[in-house]
Amino acid sequence: MNLLTIAWKSIRQRRLASFLTALSVALGVALMVAVLVINGVITEMFTQSGTGYNLIVGPKGSALQLVLSTVYRIERPIENLPWRYYEEIASDERVELAVPVAFGDFTEEGGFPIVGTTPEYFALGATNEQEFEIKGEKGNYLRDKWDAIIGSEVARRNDWDLRSEFRMIHGGKDPNESDVHDDKFTVRGILAPTGTPNDRSVFVNLDGFFLLDGHEKPVSEAVDRMAAFYKEDPELIREWYADDLKRIAEEVNHDHGDHEHPSHFVSDLQKEFTSILLRARPEPNSSLPPDLSRTLVARKIAEEINQGFRAQAVNPVQPMAQLLENLVGNIRLALLYLTGLIIAVAGVSIFVSIYNSMSDRRREIAVMRALGARRQTVFSLILAESLLLCVGGGLAGILLGHGVVFAAAKIIEARSDLLINPLAFEAAELIVIPVTILLAGLVGFLPGMTAYRTDVASALSG
Amino acid sequence: MSLVLKSVQKSYRNPDGSRLPVLSIDEYRLKSGEQAALVGQSGEGKSTLLNVISGITQVDSGSIVIDGTEVAGMNEVIRDRFRAEKIGIVFQTFNLLPAFTALENVLLGMSFSGRSDPQFARELLGRVGLEHRLDHKPGALSVGEQQRVAVARALANRPRLMLADEPTANVDVANQENVLKLIREACTEHGVSLLLVTHAREVADQFDRVDTLSDFNRPEVAA
Repeated sequence: MNLLTIAWKSIRQRRLASFLTALSVALGVALMVAVLVINGVITEMFTQSGTGYNLIVGPKGSALQLVLSTVYRIERPIENLPWRYYEEIASDERVELAVPVAFGDFTEEGGFPIVGTTPEYFALGATNEQEFEIKGEKGNYLRDKWDAIIGSEVARRNDWDLRSEFRMIHGGKDPNESDVHDDKFTVRGILAPTGTPNDRSVFVNLDGFFLLDGHEKPVSEAVDRMAAFYKEDPELIREWYADDLKRIAEEVNHDHGDHEHPSHFVSDLQKEFTSILLRARPEPNSSLPPDLSRTLVARKIAEEINQGFRAQAVNPVQPMAQLLENLVGNIRLALLYLTGLIIAVAGVSIFVSIYNSMSDRRREIAVMRALGARRQTVFSLILAESLLLCVGGGLAGILLGHGVVFAAAKIIEARSDLLINPLAFEAAELIVIPVTILLAGLVGFLPGMTAYRTDVASALSG
Repeated sequence: MSLVLKSVQKSYRNPDGSRLPVLSIDEYRLKSGEQAALVGQSGEGKSTLLNVISGITQVDSGSIVIDGTEVAGMNEVIRDRFRAEKIGIVFQTFNLLPAFTALENVLLGMSFSGRSDPQFARELLGRVGLEHRLDHKPGALSVGEQQRVAVARALANRPRLMLADEPTANVDVANQENVLKLIREACTEHGVSLLLVTHAREVADQFDRVDTLSDFNRPEVAA
């Protein structure tokens, strides 16, 4: 019989005490693993923002809110911008691609966020290294105004497939509190899983989005908002959009009789969007690598936009990095300290358990010594027990921690709209193994020394 | 295996720092294969004598030679090894380890000498009539069965000297004879020298050679 077998049998002899002490280590490790994994998942998720675009351009306000609403769809949009502003940005020759996005509505079924956008959205890529893969009619996505592309999670949860039809709730998730739009969109494409918020988003044709009741601004309000945004005379704006205003007036006064128009006219004046995903064009004749040149051009565009009073432009990585560092990072650190403390307390409980058992086992140790076991052997035996309890508890803790993450993933997702991979693994978890071995050495040392120093003659006669 | 003790002195330290002599033996011998009973009263130093012979306790001075090897001067690691390989011990209270089965208790004795021979361990338990109780833990064995496991364990490393410390003290009268018979037959069969210490004259009388500890141990002289 080797030492580990002998140690294991001694542990089994004290089943309840051994189980409870190993459990205390397992709970501490489980908490640590859960913190590490969830933190890792969140960090990875929030640092995926740098995709095929350099800037997010949106209304003035919190840069973080702009990123959270545009990229992660977990915050309400700040405000809206007039369509004219998008056209100005898109026409800048330094801009290679400007993709408008409009938010605020949710699917009637499942409450998934709606993103009104153009087909170019899918040219931006899901992440830095991952293109979008779309199952459906290839190359014909979002061409018709009632077309939609859905994320993989939306398809899975709502059991939707190509040609499924759906409606959306205006400005909220609860159909009892907000109006449900009558018009239906049809699923024309399904995204392969990306591990990003796109998985739980629904993309609809922006023109269709504008056609929904309540999405176009009433003319007078649209004129006032544009006048305020550009600090221009409202009458001048009415003059610019005179043809559109005339057409709208004709539609209003038109006697429909017993016929229905499939849709109504929406002027660009009435269109508003939430933000723009902007990819800069590398400077022509630049000797720099294209990506670096893009970044420098984007920085210049951002400076210009931010100097004005109309909008803000942010690099999506910066606010998230700041958030992660200032808030999430500190919380993670605090939780890791806490779990470290819990593991230390678990270690103390193992120490107490083994140390207390030593007085009962004095005779047992003495018998082993009388049978020829060396002092080092009985010392090693106690260390082996400590090692089995700590490492066994640690490994059980890793499994338990992943079980917690698995169970918590759905709860976090439901409450925060964050997608958590329930099978995520963090390399940092591997630290549990050396930590528990070290812990075993620390807590087993004193009881081991007690065994080492056992006076055999006295213990046998006692 | 022969055993020779010469000028052995052993004392313990009292709480007040003074010395309490326990053993003072000029000479004691046991021939190879010989079986002897050593009678002594409680507190006379019977267990201490066995402890110094087995190397569990060191003597203050003197010589203990087992089969030509001086044991008294050995360092502890070598003494432990020597004990594991050459000496079998049967304790008064059997001292079986409760976490282990009968077979594992026997194997445990082997593992400290670096040998592991499960077949021989089974054979030994078979010879003491426990082939059907190999997988039973001590708590599930009768007192007599426990003592038999203890005898098998003492023989596990094929020792040359068996030391038995009051092996019948915790066994009922009906079983005393069986236990003694078992130990003596096992020692005879394996050619092992036997030194059995007891306070009971009726136990000692079953041996051809009976020594009285007080006849050759005179700690009062050392004091």
